[in-house]
Amino acid sequence: MARRVAIVGTGQTYHKSHRLDVNGRELINEAVTRALADCELSIADIDAIIIGNMDHFESINYVDTWSVEGSGGYMKPIMKVTTGGTTGSSVAIAGYYHVASGLFDKVLAIGWEKNSESDTTAAIVTCSDPIWDRFSYSGAIPSLATEASAYMEQYGATQEDAARVAVRERTHALNNPYAQMYNRPITIKDVMESPMLAYPIKLLDVCPRTDGACAVVFAAEGVAEKIAVRPAWVKSCSVRHTTTWFGDVDYNTGMLSLKRASKEAFEKAGIKDPVEEIDVAELYLPYSYAGLKWIEAIGFCGPGEGPKFIWDGNTDMGGKLPINPSGGVMCTNCIGATALLRVAEAAIQIMGKGEARQVPDVTNAMATGFGGCWWSDVVILGKDKPN
Amino acid sequence: MDKIAIVGASQTKYERRKKGEIFYDMIYEVTTKAMEDADYTLEDIDNVITVSNDFLDGRTISCMAVQEAAGAHDKNVSTIEGDGAFGAFYGAMRVLGGFGTTLVVAHSKGSEGDPKIITNAMFDPIYHRLLGLDAISSSALQASVYMERYGITEQQCALVSVKNHKNAKNNPYAQLPMDITVDDVMRSKKIADPIKLLDCSPISDGAAAIIIANEKRAKKARTKPIWIKGVAHCSDAYFLGDRDLADPISLKDASKKAYAMAGIKDPMSEIDVVELYDAFTYMEPLWLEGMGICDAGQGGQLIEKGITVMDGKLPVNPSGGVLSAHPVLVAGLVRIIEAALQIRGEAGDHQIKGAKTALAHGINGPCGQSHCVWILGSK
Amino acid sequence: MSEWLQDVKDLTLKGQIKVPYTWSVGEVGSRFLVALRDEKKIIGNRCKNCSTVYVPPRKNCGRCFKDIDEWVELGSKGIVTAYTIVRYDYPLQPTKAPFAYAIIKLDGADVGFVHIIKEGLDKLKMGTRVRASFKEDRKGNILDIDSFTII
Repeated sequence: MARRVAIVGTGQTYHKSHRLDVNGRELINEAVTRALADCELSIADIDAIIIGNMDHFESINYVDTWSVEGSGGYMKPIMKVTTGGTTGSSVAIAGYYHVASGLFDKVLAIGWEKNSESDTTAAIVTCSDPIWDRFSYSGAIPSLATEASAYMEQYGATQEDAARVAVRERTHALNNPYAQMYNRPITIKDVMESPMLAYPIKLLDVCPRTDGACAVVFAAEGVAEKIAVRPAWVKSCSVRHTTTWFGDVDYNTGMLSLKRASKEAFEKAGIKDPVEEIDVAELYLPYSYAGLKWIEAIGFCGPGEGPKFIWDGNTDMGGKLPINPSGGVMCTNCIGATALLRVAEAAIQIMGKGEARQVPDVTNAMATGFGGCWWSDVVILGKDKPN
Repeated sequence: MDKIAIVGASQTKYERRKKGEIFYDMIYEVTTKAMEDADYTLEDIDNVITVSNDFLDGRTISCMAVQEAAGAHDKNVSTIEGDGAFGAFYGAMRVLGGFGTTLVVAHSKGSEGDPKIITNAMFDPIYHRLLGLDAISSSALQASVYMERYGITEQQCALVSVKNHKNAKNNPYAQLPMDITVDDVMRSKKIADPIKLLDCSPISDGAAAIIIANEKRAKKARTKPIWIKGVAHCSDAYFLGDRDLADPISLKDASKKAYAMAGIKDPMSEIDVVELYDAFTYMEPLWLEGMGICDAGQGGQLIEKGITVMDGKLPVNPSGGVLSAHPVLVAGLVRIIEAALQIRGEAGDHQIKGAKTALAHGINGPCGQSHCVWILGSK
Repeated sequence: MSEWLQDVKDLTLKGQIKVPYTWSVGEVGSRFLVALRDEKKIIGNRCKNCSTVYVPPRKNCGRCFKDIDEWVELGSKGIVTAYTIVRYDYPLQPTKAPFAYAIIKLDGADVGFVHIIKEGLDKLKMGTRVRASFKEDRKGNILDIDSFTII
């Protein structure tokens, strides 16, 4: 029987565009040290480690073995999980299964990236199929722009609607000293006037590149309660990494992978009415338009209702369902850590450790990951033990 | 640990260069064959683990190439980057953690990349990469320490090559079945002393798949379930200079844990067959020592005495081992498959009679920094 | 493979991943490389907890998992604890074959230091004493040590 699993500690670096003062291992070590301090454990207490990043951003082959000095993996079980943008959530989910399996009681999950070390776009274009897609349709922005323009056409959404999402993220980041865009608020006018990258996406509609790391400690039922005052229980996780070629993605029908993963995750977690039962969401929104359209796929509002839902203030701090109190991906994007940060931030909200970015009375929190070829991961955390 | 079993397995033939199949095709082939083996349909596959490496595939998010080929459409799926033995372990955890079944697939095409550049990227970019180290030269360093310390001879290592290539003649999937002599090995081209050409594994293309099921779902499979009795992994330090390269402490640790789970006290007498990761000949005796099959420094004599040949007391790599086919990442999964086939009694011409307990092994990182040890059993 | 493919011209696509990298050396590593470049000195550091002297130096001890803050100046001599004579040439390598990779226990260090030996390969044995020889034109990387030479 699978065991119940909770998050008992989290740690992250202060995220910056360039961390020239540390190498990758040292950056990892900062997050690990903070996560261990957060749950008052030492590395000796950790039974296994999972680490993830994207190879070509730093050009390190076998990051699991290269990193042991920083991760604490010396003479411990360690393995590497990598799935592109969803790496962080894949790492978290691997942390969950390590513990749920009954084989390990306390497990450390690490996501990291030092995006300053490479040309992010030069690396990311190589994710496209070398024979079919790489010459024509690659990198993150073209397919995102395709989705955005289709969404605008379909529902009459505007660039200002998207800008409202970008402004929300930066406003929320005012409360998060770890965010790369901490204390850098913007206005809708700023977004509208920022340089056009690929219609309708402008510079301030997209995420930055970041150097950073995140570490999360998972523990088994019976152990978790002793470590944390209020553990964040993993209620469910669900993954859809279906598509292989960018041409296969249907940009007109919602965000299919997120729709399916959310549906399954809510069912497993016993959540029937997400907008009522989820108290806070940390969503992997790599660009502003996702903040409109993808919340529809999750089921927070109906198709085409994203802009109104956002403008009504539902997703702001103090709203019905605050989204990304941390400032989200558009304020911090150390890619291999990005989705793990979503899980960590969701856990922080459950554990009541959010300080200035804390949402009051959180019972259920949701985290998502996005990456690959329009893939989605969903993790639901709760204050109460899952059934 | 709850009872979980390997209920399906398949592999491609390993070849120097697969011209007709892309990654997607190889994975589709092994996925389909593994399901046929178990007599499962796609509905019986609850979740999928793929194993791939962005450097080998020349592609960021290498797993993207094979998700649908692995039957992962609309299913839970994840990817381990590292040897297939580790990927399979994560697959096993997911069965223990709630799924009824996991399909684990791994692919690689050594023919499409540059193995020296790819393995050079294992080394630290600041301190070691500029030195030009790769898998062969770093392993040669390990071989030198090991052989010097214990007086392991090049002839003893050559015997491993002779044995494994001979075993490969009975394995239709192997890439390098060969009748060679110790003399042939000794006279083969010097690569990086003490490693010669016939001490090295080849460059290979191929893929493999297994299906792991919980007890209930295993009953649905056609095959005799091969139970996972113990499995553990562990990593040594990273910098070569920080390690005692002749003392595989992480393998010792992983073996000890896997044996404890499986209730094995005396591996030499309780294990019937070993499939281990012999990327180079010296690794076979060194890993056998790490596994506690013999004492430190005794690996050479173990081989010399014929204990590890097909009809020896403890046959090692009846399949021909990694020396006879080395699809990187896939190779550890192949060891698990071969171990399972032995216990099923379906290993064909390389069957070890009456094998009931088998050890399978995979490695990650330079010079076997990280090891994963599996104990499989008939009950 | 179908019969059909055997008769067609072998279709392949050539490509190379062209991503430039700029690795951060970090504060600790920078100190090491600057000492190599500017002073022709090899420095390591000592973990207070386990007393291990590391070279290259580390920000933290991987075994004790504690930060390291004590610097140690090492000599440029040591003994060979592992070596291989490389017989193949490859563009990644800093010199022409035959040359040797060696793990060298520098005097005063507790861990081995990996580098190359170019000359006197026939005299090379375990335990051979060697000395670092520095390049004239040093750039702040590990190849500021040209190689180790047999004493």
